[in-house]
Amino acid sequence: MSDTVSLSSLATGATAVVRAYPLSGNAFLRLREMGMLPGTSFTLLRRAPLGDPIEIKLRGYNLTLRKTEADHIMVEATSA
Amino acid sequence: MNLPEHVKTPSRTPVYAFVGNPNCGKSTLFNALTGLKQKVGNYPGVTVERKVGTAYSQHGHPMTVIDLPGAYSLAARSPDEAVTRDVLLGRRADTQMPDRIVCIVDGSNLERNLYLVHQILDLGRPVILVVNMIDVATNAGLQIRFDHLEKELGIPVIPAQASRGHGLIELKLAMSRSDLPLPKHRWSVPAAIAPAVAELQASLQDADKKPPLIARAEALLLLTDPDPVRVTGSQPLSPRTAAILQQWTKRWQDDGTDWSGSLVGARYDAIGKLTAESVKSAASVAPQNVSDRIDAIVTHGFWGWAVLGSIMTLLFLSIFTLAEYPMGLIESAVAAMADGVKAAMPPGDLRDLITDGAIAGVGGVVIFLPQILILFFFIGLLESTGYMARAAFIMDRLMSRVGLNGKSFIPLLSSYACAIPGIMATRTIEDHKDRLVTILVAPFMSCSARLPVYLLMIAALVPSREVPILTKVGLMLLMYGLGTCGAFAFAWLFKRTLLKGEPPLMIMELPPYRLPRVKDVALQMAERGGIFLKRAGTIILAISIVLWALTAYPKAGEDATPSEQIAQSFAGQAGHVIEPAIEPLGFNWQIGIGLISSFAAREVFVSATSVVFNVEEDEENTEPLLQALRSATWPDGRPLFTPLVCLTLMVFYVFAMQCVSTVAIVKRETNSWRWPLFQIGYQTGFAWILCLIIYQTGTALGF
Repeated sequence: MSDTVSLSSLATGATAVVRAYPLSGNAFLRLREMGMLPGTSFTLLRRAPLGDPIEIKLRGYNLTLRKTEADHIMVEATSA
Repeated sequence: MNLPEHVKTPSRTPVYAFVGNPNCGKSTLFNALTGLKQKVGNYPGVTVERKVGTAYSQHGHPMTVIDLPGAYSLAARSPDEAVTRDVLLGRRADTQMPDRIVCIVDGSNLERNLYLVHQILDLGRPVILVVNMIDVATNAGLQIRFDHLEKELGIPVIPAQASRGHGLIELKLAMSRSDLPLPKHRWSVPAAIAPAVAELQASLQDADKKPPLIARAEALLLLTDPDPVRVTGSQPLSPRTAAILQQWTKRWQDDGTDWSGSLVGARYDAIGKLTAESVKSAASVAPQNVSDRIDAIVTHGFWGWAVLGSIMTLLFLSIFTLAEYPMGLIESAVAAMADGVKAAMPPGDLRDLITDGAIAGVGGVVIFLPQILILFFFIGLLESTGYMARAAFIMDRLMSRVGLNGKSFIPLLSSYACAIPGIMATRTIEDHKDRLVTILVAPFMSCSARLPVYLLMIAALVPSREVPILTKVGLMLLMYGLGTCGAFAFAWLFKRTLLKGEPPLMIMELPPYRLPRVKDVALQMAERGGIFLKRAGTIILAISIVLWALTAYPKAGEDATPSEQIAQSFAGQAGHVIEPAIEPLGFNWQIGIGLISSFAAREVFVSATSVVFNVEEDEENTEPLLQALRSATWPDGRPLFTPLVCLTLMVFYVFAMQCVSTVAIVKRETNSWRWPLFQIGYQTGFAWILCLIIYQTGTALGF
């Protein structure tokens, strides 16, 4: 597992793979249930006009989450 | 397997539950199947919509269909999801546990949609799987092998395109079958968790008297859902089960086991295998899809705001201009009705009760029906196209400053037209506390019923006959601004004190843009309109009659003028009683009568004042009323309506809770009297304090 960064620090348009999650917290359980599991690849589509929330595409659909959650999700960038 | 007899061969009306993710086309299917045979209401104890309809089987037998709120998982994260979970698990005493379940999934997003289905298959009841939106899936280059899904899951799988009615007959046929198979569904519970599942299942069967399969499903659920959302009306766990659950979670917590994560992971492993075998994707067809291209504009840093701004302007323009004509029609219909009664009945109290109490009271509220219908048409349209989620996405950051989330934006905005549809629109907010805060502050947004009051006061405020247009606009903007700031300030306050909670989640799907289904939008609009009319016909009718009686009794005598009568009446006496309370704000007992009668609806202030100040019949013309107001004085000869008093009165109308229809709707939406009463108290209290400050400071400064 090399070079993991937090999801919120990814550049717009970047593709990455989820690597690690906090074990507890409602938000993270729900994100898992929405199919964002360790190993899932996704693309950061855009940030809202005011920088927050963030929109990502995974498993063929679009999902938004706030920076406060994205800060704690460790991902590995696969392309810039 | 010991199944209750009715599951195999339904002898009485079978109960079907419709379940699926939000935006999967569930409601379209439900509407198509049940048509107008639906009942909409609230679950007792919770403010989640309850939709039950009747469909007919192939042989004409009735089938009860419950449309459960959209859910992503049975591990509920909102009251909506909690209701879905509790109904499916038979935890609610007020709703019969469904015999059979129809799962609807979005074929273009099968993997995530199947997560909920996977949880439901555990319940061990007959399931029919409807794979909806196959057209979208085909366009995206997906080929679904329905026969394979059917074979693997052991249940009927029906391809459908609900928006065009495709698959409807097949679904009806499947629902009519008396021999629906049970799902054969194997997946391995992670080894670390298996003993806990077994122990919990045993306890649930023993101590909570659950049937075996439900007990197993519930055991799995309790483990994934360590902090469950509870809603009133659902039965709590037995102490023994709760203790076992606590033991296991504590042990895992100490070991650092990611138990819920591994359960979710195991489900997705099983789903992944299934979809890999049954969905073929033509990899070549993967262009940037249309939704993403629209979103590039709609959520753009500049164009996004422009689009939002234009849509909102259009919304307001249509509410105010399009509604004008039908509102005029209603007004004349109400007047004609009153005239009809006057012509048909001899003069007397009963006639006055009908015309001035019932017809005038209800008419004054029903007049807003066109505005409400137009607003709901727009909201329905924006929601079914998928734009609403984008508005929430754009606005989230701003709304989070006061502790709300983007979803509160539309309800608050709608409240500028009228707080009633605004409060009804809060249903899109999942988080209970966020929703309550939005409901509590919504009436601060200046609704259209305040306009007549503002206009009259602005006219009275400026002594010269012609009010300069800039002053008028400026004062109007000031009132709207005051209300908006008040709403945000109180939202901020409530989120920090009374309704403190975790910061709301903004984990939200942005559904693909779709063409709206006019039929569904219209149906929803009719539903909302119906709820509003029902209120007008009951609570508002009752209060209008009471208010009328307060102004009509006791009788002042035969020759009394209307203003003498009202001065003598209970309302007049009440005006005198509250005079000491409102005198520090610069208001006398006559204004007090206006304030009291405004409780029916704010714009009643105008007609009430014209009665109090004895303006002759012609209510349409504000000129005589204005002159009467200007010449009104205190007993010591001081003028009553000084500019300062007019301003204070306007501010009072911005903040005070003076709308019986809003109270009625808040009562309905929160399912208790506590919140509407709180709202009356805090809004009116705040209005009083603010007006006191304004009037006393103003007087001290010599205005």
